[in-house]
Amino acid sequence: MTELLLQTVVNATYAASYLALVAVGLVLIFGVMGIINFAHGEFYMLGAYCVVAVYADLALPFLLSVAVGLVFVSLVGMAAERALFRPMRENPLGGLVVSIGLLLILQSLATLGFGVRMEHIPPPSQTVVQLAEGVGIPLQRLVVILAAVALLGALWLFLRRTRWGWALRASAQDPEAAALQGISMAVASRIAFAIGAALAGVAGALTAPLVRTYPYMGHSVIVAAFIVIIVGGIGSLEGAVLAAIAYAFAHTFVTTFVDGVIADIVGLLLMLAVLIVKPTGLFGSRDRA
Amino acid sequence: MPETRALRISGALALAAALVALPHVLSFSQQEILVFLVINVLLVMSYRFLALTGEWSLGHVVMMGVGAYASAIVSKRLGFPVPLAMFTGAAVAAVVAWLLSFPLFRMKGFYFLIGSFAAGEVIRLLWKRFRDPFGGPKGLKRIDELPDIELGALQIDFFDPVAYYYFCLIVVVVSLWFLFRVERSRVGLTFHAIHWRDNLAASVGVDTRGYRTLALVIASFFAGLSGTLFAHYVGAINPNRFSVEEMVYVLTWAIVGGTATFYGPILGVVLLTALNEVVFRELGLEQARPLIYGVVLIAFVVFLPRGIESVVPRLLRVGGGLSLSGGRRGT
Repeated sequence: MTELLLQTVVNATYAASYLALVAVGLVLIFGVMGIINFAHGEFYMLGAYCVVAVYADLALPFLLSVAVGLVFVSLVGMAAERALFRPMRENPLGGLVVSIGLLLILQSLATLGFGVRMEHIPPPSQTVVQLAEGVGIPLQRLVVILAAVALLGALWLFLRRTRWGWALRASAQDPEAAALQGISMAVASRIAFAIGAALAGVAGALTAPLVRTYPYMGHSVIVAAFIVIIVGGIGSLEGAVLAAIAYAFAHTFVTTFVDGVIADIVGLLLMLAVLIVKPTGLFGSRDRA
Repeated sequence: MPETRALRISGALALAAALVALPHVLSFSQQEILVFLVINVLLVMSYRFLALTGEWSLGHVVMMGVGAYASAIVSKRLGFPVPLAMFTGAAVAAVVAWLLSFPLFRMKGFYFLIGSFAAGEVIRLLWKRFRDPFGGPKGLKRIDELPDIELGALQIDFFDPVAYYYFCLIVVVVSLWFLFRVERSRVGLTFHAIHWRDNLAASVGVDTRGYRTLALVIASFFAGLSGTLFAHYVGAINPNRFSVEEMVYVLTWAIVGGTATFYGPILGVVLLTALNEVVFRELGLEQARPLIYGVVLIAFVVFLPRGIESVVPRLLRVGGGLSLSGGRRGT
């Protein structure tokens, strides 16, 4: 029984790590642009398909395919920001509808390019790291956890220690005051989208061999990410990380000990409860970042 | 003016004649599409009714599903005759909406949107999880159709799409007439006030929450009704039929048509269905349907945010003042 519990903790940690990557990107974009990006799950999906194209089809090294995923999805994010989201700045409904349109487009492009069927991706590594008697974690999952910690740590340093990071936080706190100080809103939005999309792309690329990779894979991720950002307080990066951990543990434990559909219901009810009691989220404030 | 009145009446008569004649110039598969189109008109119009108060829901298609499931279950399990089951289904959707209004109307704007999505997903997952009575992921099958009618020489078999089209047409026209009357009444004006100035409305004594609930309940009743029309025609429903993907199509119809006028969403759903079924099916581009919907959605939000309805008055004026719209200019 202890083994099962410990194993579930390990699995939940893995789930929390890639969910945190997706959710933090979503929060960053919302913070700077005031737009909720429904297509964020599709950025995740694009990252996974980069692995399909580069690693599974062209047989190039796995880490290279992850790097391609990061760069490619980041570019897609920047292009979407410039063409679609910047005109919708501070127009929440318009931005939301545009992101739904983008979601449909990216899903169909993936379907047209690769087909609707699930992709087979050979596992880059079969190694299982034994943590204790009867408790193990596949190396592939351990890599996801370590990468998430490293990337989120780097993001934290970037936001706290660099001028661009300060500019980004300033434009999230008060766009007008930031603009008066000479911070370019256009550049801030572009950076936010580049980083947010890249994080989702990396999460998708790293987890591609571990999950079912198909054009609609973004759906379950985006629902989980929405729950996380609402529970964590929309606009709060630390809240998103903590909520990702809380949600992943709740979801993994209920999945393991009850069943998966009930776990989904529990997650959604958790979000509804937060929306009813404290719509600013458990860690949110009235400010956006 | 008597002249405009005559124009209106003749316009309405011409429209009615066209709607009656329409199925007879179509092929069998096009007649089936026509049935779904009429059902979708009711769905998107009920959605617009909720949008009158300024709230955009992502759970509306699930309300359609609530009507479909409830109606299928009472007719299969409890042996309700189909017309009564249809009414019951719509009423159940209204009651579920009323219950959901308590948590959901603590939220507004974006939070309401997300909340309605979450509530809808919970309902959908319950259908998926509980095989009894909802049939699990495969849903319900062999739902009774409308019983045949035999009146002497007149025999109506509702398995025939033309007959079912006429039935749906009558139900939908009566429903739209009701929605139109409510919108033009004091209640409808209050919805407008809540949409544009909700704090001001509240400060002069309008029970904004009560009116929002009323809009949600009425909208869900008609969404549920459209669901029952769907269920008893197709004979099978499952949770995926009422997923958020379907909701996106409804949203697209409403945005493409525009929601400020009564005819806007009807234009949206008719034009997009025609585009989809006539043009894309001919060109073999059906697989690209979501792609095209995505492009259309973005194009409209960016270039024509008020929808097709916003160009209709201009087009009519260009046409030398000949009012082809039956005089219904909306608000």
